[in-house]
Amino acid sequence: MLDESVIQRTLATALRTGGDFAEVFVEDKRSSAAMLDDGRVEELSSGRDRGAGIRVVVGETTGFAHTADLSDDGLRAAAEAAAAAARSGDGGVREVALTRQSGVRPNRVGVLPETVAKGTKVELLRRADEAARAEGGSIRQVRARYGDSRRRILVANSDGLLSEDDQVRTLFVVSTVAFGDTGMQTGYESLGRTVGFELFDRYQVEDIARTAARRAVTKLAARPAPSGTLPVVIGPGGGGVLFHEACGHGLEKDLVDKGASVFKGRLGQQVASPLVTLVDDGTMAEEWGHYAIDDEGAPARRNVLIQDGVLTDYMWDHLRSRKDGRPRSGNGRRQSYQHLPMVRMTNTYLVGGDGEPAGIVSSTDHGVYVAALGGGQVNTATGDFVFGMTEAYLIENGEITEPIREGNLIGNGPKVLVDIDAVGNDFAMGHPGTCGKDGQGVPVGDGVPTLRVKALTVGGTAA
Amino acid sequence: MSDLLDIADAVVAQARDDEQLEAYVGRSTDTQVRVYQGEVEQLAVADSLGVGVRIVHEGRQGFAYCGTFDSEALAETVSEARDNAAFGEPDEAAGLAEPDGVEPADLDLWRPGLAEVATDRKVALALELERTLLAADPRITGVESCDYGDSLGETAVVTTTGIRRSSRVTGCELVAYSLAGDEDETQTGFGFSLGRDVDELDVEAAAGDAADRALRMLGAIQPPSGRLTVVLDPWVTAQLMGIVAGTLGAEEVIKARSLFAGREGEQVAAPFVTLVEDPTDARSWGASPVDAEGLATRRVPLIEAGELRGFVHSTWTARRMGTRSTGSAVRAGFKSTPTAGCRAVALTPGDRDAAALLADVGDGVLVQEVSGLHSGVNPISGDFSTGAQGLRIRGGALAEPLREFTIASTIQRLLHDLVAVGSDLTWLPMSAAGMTLVVGDVAVSGA
Repeated sequence: MLDESVIQRTLATALRTGGDFAEVFVEDKRSSAAMLDDGRVEELSSGRDRGAGIRVVVGETTGFAHTADLSDDGLRAAAEAAAAAARSGDGGVREVALTRQSGVRPNRVGVLPETVAKGTKVELLRRADEAARAEGGSIRQVRARYGDSRRRILVANSDGLLSEDDQVRTLFVVSTVAFGDTGMQTGYESLGRTVGFELFDRYQVEDIARTAARRAVTKLAARPAPSGTLPVVIGPGGGGVLFHEACGHGLEKDLVDKGASVFKGRLGQQVASPLVTLVDDGTMAEEWGHYAIDDEGAPARRNVLIQDGVLTDYMWDHLRSRKDGRPRSGNGRRQSYQHLPMVRMTNTYLVGGDGEPAGIVSSTDHGVYVAALGGGQVNTATGDFVFGMTEAYLIENGEITEPIREGNLIGNGPKVLVDIDAVGNDFAMGHPGTCGKDGQGVPVGDGVPTLRVKALTVGGTAA
Repeated sequence: MSDLLDIADAVVAQARDDEQLEAYVGRSTDTQVRVYQGEVEQLAVADSLGVGVRIVHEGRQGFAYCGTFDSEALAETVSEARDNAAFGEPDEAAGLAEPDGVEPADLDLWRPGLAEVATDRKVALALELERTLLAADPRITGVESCDYGDSLGETAVVTTTGIRRSSRVTGCELVAYSLAGDEDETQTGFGFSLGRDVDELDVEAAAGDAADRALRMLGAIQPPSGRLTVVLDPWVTAQLMGIVAGTLGAEEVIKARSLFAGREGEQVAAPFVTLVEDPTDARSWGASPVDAEGLATRRVPLIEAGELRGFVHSTWTARRMGTRSTGSAVRAGFKSTPTAGCRAVALTPGDRDAAALLADVGDGVLVQEVSGLHSGVNPISGDFSTGAQGLRIRGGALAEPLREFTIASTIQRLLHDLVAVGSDLTWLPMSAAGMTLVVGDVAVSGA
């Protein structure tokens, strides 16, 4: 993407005033999207973002600048700005010898989306619209969105690292509105993988559309959700966001170091039910949070965070692992070249157990079954977190019965982890997600088997 | 400023005779300072810029953008937008904005002095905020983040249909998230101060809020479930009104996604409720003289005395519904196409302040923060459920702190269940203003 000599000159400029560490992150991202709404293909859009972010670290201070101008001059100006921002002194001339990392396996792409005719992408939208509307007259509105992106990155730093990745992601989303006596209800389903257009050889957009339509229609008959504390069973694949919020963010070392995590100082301790083994794994090929290298050039890794309920590790970025003198965990990510990297999750999942899913439900006398979760939010310092349920049912006398309306559930991370009293043998990965932290969004994946939390507060309105 | 119009002109000059072309050019210069324990942790200075190109040809729309002003890339973006337009399906209402004779309000949103402020002063402000916050109370144990940020933003819109307008705005902020407590407990709070220029920033106020909001949560317990009168802090009110405003965009109405579709003239809220969108009010942080299609923004009554008055329109929604644009096109920067939306809604304030409203309520819950608005609020069905923390109200005064509970209702019911609007109008960094708001009979879920 850039000549090695240009990179070396840029790093030398960045270090000229005495930085301890300098890094060049180059990104060239092309994306395309097509949207059908209200029965009509509304618009195709395409975009290109290309530029470099340069950071210089001096002591505890990070200086950062970025530029869309990848010429020698543009990069020099950004390097000087980053060095000035880090307020360093005089460091003389330092040369950096770069070693290109080998053995980094780029992600597998069968068909690059940019090689696919636009008409072919549009056709997917029409098929989805038709399939969703075929689910019944109560479907009043359908929106289908196709999106792809190709993000090529290069990372080089003053430790001599030089590494590249080519990340291709493809996404298809359908949302529906159903109308009935009780008003409007919505349904949503998405499919996204870190692969190319071959995604649609393996999955049919009609299935996505039908699921989205069925969710909306089902909710037309939904009762108000209960209000109060109940056992909650979460279905396979649907509920990874629970762990993402309950403890994932709290295991990010930047938050831990600032005392803003309830999991600070708890390494080696039993923090969860012995049924809980939690993994963050950027190497899961094709999953939404997958990549070959993170945005600081470290290869993705499989990191066990909680083993049989014992907290085994946090997640780290370059600065934190450098400070603590430990290997990188491959969790340094950023939204784009215009952002500084920080500790982020990749694909976070609960390892399957040996419970029979049917038995987990039948042994729950009265509670809530959540088939699909929406997003969530956590305060890592207090551990309090919420997550939304977008498809949920009552459990009465050990059976899944009536659908309930949408709402949030609220719990406290450390308490919920301990309260997990059943983990099923039906592990499944969930849906493509975007995790937001400090204003930056990055793609993440999650997964869970069927599991039960013996007490969670359900934020409905029914007494 | 004129250089952005020049860039837009150059793009528009590439239009073919049989097509409409719009160039939306954006540029911002931002500084972000984060301090930690008396040191600068991060300092980023950056220019972000780019151009979005919209082409309408025979009723079909295509869009493309690029994050550069490079002329070769711009030419490529134009041809990409043109190519994209070939794949849309025709729509009679498609088309760009046309001059409508309304002159933009003369708003004082740009302070050139902000560009001249030395980085050292910005760093000093952030450091002072951290020092002031840490010194506020021995129970403040640290900061999660303590930031200074500023932005000088400029946009220009030029079209082949005769639109040629630009606008610019400056803003700066101090924001702190505090940690309070001891070995057994941590609570958090935030505080901020906003200005168009650094002289308007108030370190004491930001630090004071961040400290108070965390300290008053110490010892918080989970309340029992029940139905209670809920008093919303201005911050929470603004978030709720932002959601209500989101349902009043005409695109949602046209596409059968608004729970207020077809309800103009109906009583949709308590009779004392008036909600107005007014981006020409310079006090609002969403103020702008020009909308995202280059039309003048204007005051739009949404709800008057509880009756639904109308919706906000872009050019497309107005044509579809046979009316005029209200100058309410919004877009998330040069990378996206416009839609109809609100920038600056506000409830008309009542005549009683927060203390008087608490006394009137007697028994209830003050909600000072909500979470999960994106996951538990469905603006189409109206289902409303959020995580919350706050304080019990007993005997008309604030009592014990509460956490780990939810408040739930529906958007439709909430508007009818409003009991009072406070006099404490507060302009906040979002599309809605805040004030204390009292809502009766809300489901509180806890233990």
